[in-house]
Amino acid sequence: MPFDIVSLLPDALVRHLPALVVVFPMLLAPITAVVPSWRVAWAIVLAGIVGSVICAFALVQVVYADGTLSYALGGWAPPLGIEFVVDKMNAPILLLVAIIGTLATIYALPTMVKEIPEEKRALFMSAFILCMAGLLGVAVTGDAFNLFVFLEISSISTYVLVAIGGMNDRRAFTAAFNYLIMGSIGATFYVIGVGFLYAATGTLNMTDLAARIPEVADSTTIHAGFAFIVVGLGLKLAMFPLHQWLPNAYAYSPNFVTVFLAATATKVAFYALVRLLFSVFSPALEFQQMTFTWVLAPLAAIAAITCSFQAVFQTDIKRMLAYSSVAQVGYMLLGLALATELGLSAGLFHLINHAMMKGALFMAVGGVALSLGSSQLRDFAGVARKAPWTMTAMAIAALSLVGVPLTAGFLSKVALFKAALVEGWWWVVVVLAMSSVLAVLYVGRILESTFFKTPGPTQMNVREAPIMLLLPLWVLALANIYFGIDASFITNLTDGAASIAFPGVRP
Amino acid sequence: MSNELLIPLILIVPLLVAGAVLIFSSIPDVREASTLIGAVTLFILCCILAARVASGTEVIWPSPDGMQFDVALGLSFQFKLEPLGAMFAVIASGLWILNSLYSIGYMRGSRERNQTRFYICFGLALFGVMGVAMSGNLFTLFVFYEVLTLSTYPLVAHKGDENARRGARIYLLTLLGTSIGLLLMAVVWTFALAGSLDFVEGGLLAGKVGPVLGGVLLLLFVFGVGKAALMPVHFWLPNAMVAPTPVSALLHAVAVVKAGVFTIMKLAIYIFGLDMLSALPMTEVVLWVGCFSIVVASLIALTKDNLKARLAYSTVSQLSYVTVGAMLANTAGATGAGLQIAMHAMAKITLFMCAGAIYVATGKTEISQMRGLGRKMPIVFICFFIASLSIIGVPPLGGAWAKYELMQGAVSADHTYVVFVLIASTLLNVAYLLPIAILGLMPPNADNLEIAGFKRPGGAPALTVIPLMITAAGCFVLFFSVDFITDFLAPVFGAQP
Repeated sequence: MPFDIVSLLPDALVRHLPALVVVFPMLLAPITAVVPSWRVAWAIVLAGIVGSVICAFALVQVVYADGTLSYALGGWAPPLGIEFVVDKMNAPILLLVAIIGTLATIYALPTMVKEIPEEKRALFMSAFILCMAGLLGVAVTGDAFNLFVFLEISSISTYVLVAIGGMNDRRAFTAAFNYLIMGSIGATFYVIGVGFLYAATGTLNMTDLAARIPEVADSTTIHAGFAFIVVGLGLKLAMFPLHQWLPNAYAYSPNFVTVFLAATATKVAFYALVRLLFSVFSPALEFQQMTFTWVLAPLAAIAAITCSFQAVFQTDIKRMLAYSSVAQVGYMLLGLALATELGLSAGLFHLINHAMMKGALFMAVGGVALSLGSSQLRDFAGVARKAPWTMTAMAIAALSLVGVPLTAGFLSKVALFKAALVEGWWWVVVVLAMSSVLAVLYVGRILESTFFKTPGPTQMNVREAPIMLLLPLWVLALANIYFGIDASFITNLTDGAASIAFPGVRP
Repeated sequence: MSNELLIPLILIVPLLVAGAVLIFSSIPDVREASTLIGAVTLFILCCILAARVASGTEVIWPSPDGMQFDVALGLSFQFKLEPLGAMFAVIASGLWILNSLYSIGYMRGSRERNQTRFYICFGLALFGVMGVAMSGNLFTLFVFYEVLTLSTYPLVAHKGDENARRGARIYLLTLLGTSIGLLLMAVVWTFALAGSLDFVEGGLLAGKVGPVLGGVLLLLFVFGVGKAALMPVHFWLPNAMVAPTPVSALLHAVAVVKAGVFTIMKLAIYIFGLDMLSALPMTEVVLWVGCFSIVVASLIALTKDNLKARLAYSTVSQLSYVTVGAMLANTAGATGAGLQIAMHAMAKITLFMCAGAIYVATGKTEISQMRGLGRKMPIVFICFFIASLSIIGVPPLGGAWAKYELMQGAVSADHTYVVFVLIASTLLNVAYLLPIAILGLMPPNADNLEIAGFKRPGGAPALTVIPLMITAAGCFVLFFSVDFITDFLAPVFGAQP
């Protein structure tokens, strides 16, 4: 690790880190809600999330130094009590969520002023930090049912966050309602699946489940449980064709929410799927192998192509990027479906990179929309002349999305290509290459319009985004370049994560 | 100066130029001076580099025992010079000096807007070219290949009108599409098969792949390198002609397209290896495609009345000479291909500069309007004539040697039809190039007594005429210095039989 955080923290704190990383933001949520000034609320949230970042950093360090951490919540020993487990697989996810959360919080300050009525801002911040706590909880828990609880905490607060967009654009209400219905179906499916597992094995602890499932793996109960869980989590992570809620939710929610959701919510759901598939079930199980090859891989391939194709024809930039997100989830799923250590590592690598580039893209679009009042592509004509810093950062992230060398997106694509070719799945490479070419098309539309069209009267009032907005934007844009030149930090983390999923391969 | 310093300096100088241009954007004279100083510095550095290479020193950065530029996944940046790359770097940096002079004359003469962006992108493009020329493995080459694509996109879209945007769109989509869709796949596939991406004497893939997979990879590579403009991925080049003429001259006659064929040669020599290439059945197919490109592009050139469009198709045709030379896969063929890179660069940049000088002076772009114009601009048209002869391959001009070596290579590889293709191409060169110069120097005909007048008082600015005189003279010099070049390149291809 680049710097030593653990030695700075008191021992008593270090022991409770797995719980603190979640409890800290969660305790702040009610406080934030009752604080009279929204600025104070914002400051509290920021402090809380920075606390989570420190915890996450320390956890990564501890996990890499001492191996997996187990934390019995309330002192009730697992498997009966709820267990929090931090290992090399979820520590990077915690770090990602916390860091993106920090950047998003900074970004929230200028955008809230514009988009959210003053009396709602403190509540909005409260919902946000609650959502954050839920996501961190999903990442940290080692209990299948507890995962459902945290998933719902984060989801329900997300519905609120999306619906606040209705203050500006009433379509956000339908988007949020749609999301609510689909999300609840997903959560229900997941909990039904967990119920089946409980019926068959009599436990909810993930480690325990992993030990007991192989004995009963051929029962219909387990098969049904597996199917329910995959579909339920698939809804949450916008797996094609369960992604219909996503484009509208992204397009009509407040810009800050879009940034946060795009960079974290689907990523955490993806992690949950990986955790369930690799640490509870096992890729060695025959029905799972079949699901990978005949369900996940084809669906992911279709997503990568069709959703990229749909993205090309969108007129709203946020929707365009939303479709692109679904396609990119397809990339990650392809890596996962390879069911090899290399493939999973590549998929997670792409997951982290995608969080960085989509975060930056949505930030930039939101930054211009702040003064433009629209995210329609045609209204973005020539805005690069009015807001060069914002748009340059966007261009960097957009190139990363295409996978241009010297950006992070390029390396994760190469990693995916290589993982697929080593397995002999050359058709994956063809699919990814086609999807990348489509990405050139839609990214090209955005860049051409923003940089080479002449601004008209609509764009007269466009100004450079405020500094509080440029700061997180450029942090992400520069991260895209930095990790495009030296990605060893991320690949070390993702390799470590993949080694947890395939414990037999590497000691 | 150590190698550890020389290579990074060569990479940094173009970036410094871009930075200086940005800083001095409000003082045009200083801005242009910084470009010129940078270009001269770069040229001197490249010459030092070439001298090192010629003396047999291994020029490599970062050195194997020092710190490496690891990226992740086992990929790393590596720069290593061999004669071919050194020659490419010298040509590109040398012509950049002349082109910068010319740019100043052209951009001011035709009062173009956004000149700062123009010079910045030029610096970035040269950064890409230097990276390609000095790349020590396929990954580095690919990365800088893309840098070149992206940095030249704003140059093509320079005018910003609907037409320029359309041309630039096609340019970017074709080049990015082929490189990400095909080239990247081929690169990663090679990586998966060979376990590394280093350029290896005798071929990285030699002995590692069978004829079928080798053929597939070859196809992916040659069509993935869209910059080599092998038909049918040539159409970006005529579309790129919407760019200001200095861009067409340095980038789309020299730097960008030569980066493409240079990549093809690198692949042929260091990834496949000439021995493996001559054994692959697919090589023959690529050879046919190359011959097809040579002839058909020339035929299309005949039909174009727009001078730059005609020159663009001529470039497509001439570039395929290099691909054909590489696919002949023997020493003479590869030497001919190497020579063609140098010879064609010198001649084609002259032709484009002439076209630009005519445009600045008179505003004429169509060949049919240029009849008799040579009486008013004799120097420009005489230089055009000389460069045309070099493209055709008339001694004592440089182009002659490239054709000679290529024909020799074709005969010794037992591909006699390539000789006929080259002869046919020569005749077509005569048919589409010579009339321009000759008609220009002829008196105007009876029904069109009025010679087109100067749009700009005083005709072409001196800064646009002097560089093209120098490059035209360069065509002569190249003819007499061919031994020097072949000796220089010899380590790459092995000794002459």
